Amino acid sequence: MEERLVMSDITMGAMAGHAVPHARAVVYNDNVIRKFTIATMFWAAVAMLVGVVLALQLCWPAFNLGFSFTNFGRLRPVHTSGAIFAFGGSALFATSFYIVQRTCRARLWGGEALHNFIFWGYQTFIVMAALSYVMGYSRGQEYSEPEWHLTIFLVIIWVAYAIVFIGTVLMREEPHIYVSNWFFMAFILTVAVLVLGNNAAVPLSMYSAKGYTAYSGVTNALIQWWYGHNAVGFFLTAAFLGMMYYFIPKQAGRPVYSYRLSVVHFWSLVFMYIWAGPHHLHYTALPDWTQTLGMVFSIMLWMPSWGGMINGLMTLSGAWDKLRTDPGLRFSVTAVGFYGMSTFEGPVMSIRSVNALAHYTDWVVGHVHSGALGWVAFITFGAMYYLVPVLWNRKGMYSHKLMAWHYWIATLGIVLYITALWVAGIMQGLMWRAYDQFGFLQYSFSESVNAVHPYYVIRMVGGLCFLTGTLIMIYNLIMTVHSSTTERQPAVAGE
Amino acid sequence: MPTKIEKDAFSGRDTTGHEWDGLKELNNPLPSWWFWTFVATVVWSIGFCIVYPSVPGISGYFGGIWGYSTRDAVTADVAALAAQRAQVLDKIKDVPIEKVRQDPTLMAVANTAGRIAFANNCQPCHGAGGEGRPGYPVLASDRWIWGGKLADLQQTITFGIRSGHAEARQSQMLRFGVDGVLKPEEIASAADYVMTLYGKAQPSPAAAKGQAIFAENCVACHGDSGEGKREVGGPSLKGAVHLYGDTREAVIAQITNPRMGVMPNWNARLDAATIKALALYVHALGGGEN
Repeated sequence: MEERLVMSDITMGAMAGHAVPHARAVVYNDNVIRKFTIATMFWAAVAMLVGVVLALQLCWPAFNLGFSFTNFGRLRPVHTSGAIFAFGGSALFATSFYIVQRTCRARLWGGEALHNFIFWGYQTFIVMAALSYVMGYSRGQEYSEPEWHLTIFLVIIWVAYAIVFIGTVLMREEPHIYVSNWFFMAFILTVAVLVLGNNAAVPLSMYSAKGYTAYSGVTNALIQWWYGHNAVGFFLTAAFLGMMYYFIPKQAGRPVYSYRLSVVHFWSLVFMYIWAGPHHLHYTALPDWTQTLGMVFSIMLWMPSWGGMINGLMTLSGAWDKLRTDPGLRFSVTAVGFYGMSTFEGPVMSIRSVNALAHYTDWVVGHVHSGALGWVAFITFGAMYYLVPVLWNRKGMYSHKLMAWHYWIATLGIVLYITALWVAGIMQGLMWRAYDQFGFLQYSFSESVNAVHPYYVIRMVGGLCFLTGTLIMIYNLIMTVHSSTTERQPAVAGE
Repeated sequence: MPTKIEKDAFSGRDTTGHEWDGLKELNNPLPSWWFWTFVATVVWSIGFCIVYPSVPGISGYFGGIWGYSTRDAVTADVAALAAQRAQVLDKIKDVPIEKVRQDPTLMAVANTAGRIAFANNCQPCHGAGGEGRPGYPVLASDRWIWGGKLADLQQTITFGIRSGHAEARQSQMLRFGVDGVLKPEEIASAADYVMTLYGKAQPSPAAAKGQAIFAENCVACHGDSGEGKREVGGPSLKGAVHLYGDTREAVIAQITNPRMGVMPNWNARLDAATIKALALYVHALGGGEN
């Protein structure tokens, strides 16, 4: 199986019009990648389904169903962690393990047992975390809800991941380290630091699941958003840029536009991002100087973020026609577009006076989803459409038509979702600050809740579209693996 | 090691000579608009840090040459709005509440202030139109626990009910079941009787027994025929509105281990003129008494 996969990979390279300079075959470990690929699509469906349920609950509270474990407050972290860490995380494990082996021309460091430990350990962590949320255990800090015992378990898995990844880079046959691997290493290292920093807690007792954060008051808030913002910056941005830097040039069959830009935007991105967290705490007890620094670093982050977009899009020059023939590439390119949009929107929203309007409104939720759906999910979809035929040794996707359906229904879903929440969020912000000519508030809070209801319904429909697209994709991927129509010719398979 | 610089046929640019898994890179310079926009954001940020609070010191921090502070800004905003509102609220501030009601101009002020104060403070429990919810009294009908005159409403809103304030409305129902004052079967009989008061049960031997229990235990607060006593905050048991339900289970539960709601003393949050406006607004919801 593995021998065959290497052959197939070389064939893919040849198909993309490249010479294959290194004929010496390295036997890559693709087993763990296949497992993470399946997990990626499984968690995509789960996380998006829970998202739609939550959107329904916001439209009609009866969908809380009256059980403690179906309550919005308990399901929300299942959705957010499910989307970011289960879906996004599994996608990053799959693609980073795939990319690091190919671009280092080295087999994944460590034995298969270690790789399986990472896979099963991470999946166990996800299930344990989700169960603890619905059972009511939570640290109550966004994206950082697992209690101390789960955090310790996660840290062990993460250290194993770091060792395997960095070990592979150290054992590489290539003289240089490919740009994707810079981003993956920045991601692995920084996420470790972030989790260790923010999750520092004092357990109630050795035998209690409950722990209390090591920080108090505004210090805790600042560390929480240093963590939260850089979870976005390094998990959802840097790591997925690593994914982008491999799959877009592969899909387009073109060289990366600018090496120099990749160097400059990599270092400026990782340097700027880490300081930007305080923009989540404008107009709070956080001192003004800290707010100001969070804001200016967010503004300076604009161009470093866009460096990735430029490199992604310009790599396509000379290959734009491929958008017609490769629906997978369409996902990747649209993802870069949404990436550019939300990394512009982010700095704008970080400006203190803009934030005065945007903060606590659904605009923030819309912004997050233009990144999560438009960038993270789409770049992952593009990668998965490329990877699955390669990993399962198929000659291509089962149905391009279903890929196109997925693309359009998901794009429509994103557009509905984010435009509805732009309108809802800005309306909320304006209603909350509206005064009549005597200086009385024009609207009560409950009137603003009432006013956003139709937009919540539109958002729910948008989410439903996105979920539907994902289910179409899962069907298409399963058929790709199982259908006889996608089988390679025996001569090509090299058995 | 293979480092072979090639010329890209499409763009005419050189590659860097590196190659990974068939991937190469072009040796393009930084786009100049990109570079100069980046420089501009850095320069702007430095300027922003000079005029706004930015750099921390050993004790305190550099406050910026404009001396801006979010706390000062919001304090000024809040004070300006309070001053603007005071221009109208001052008109009713020192006028007795009954007089305000008789003056249409002053009532317009009270309605403006009262509407938004009600929507932001009272609506979550009592409903948008004062229609009440289970556990939260109706404000739009003439059935009052503590009285529906303007002065009564003003008193209730100002000091609250069981709010902990020294002047709060205070009433306490005995825990007849939990504290063993009545036996469960006595409570059931009393409930049967109470239900006849609002016509949900027909007179019966059990209800007759309950009437005797009622006479001994309940009339002090709820009145001889369950009509309620406002001076002690004993709710009427007649009529259609029941705070905690009108089923047999609900009545038995209430006698056994009574629920007693709390309303905050709003003087901790709202000024006297706003409370006056609020009392007038609630009075006009449909149940105000003269």
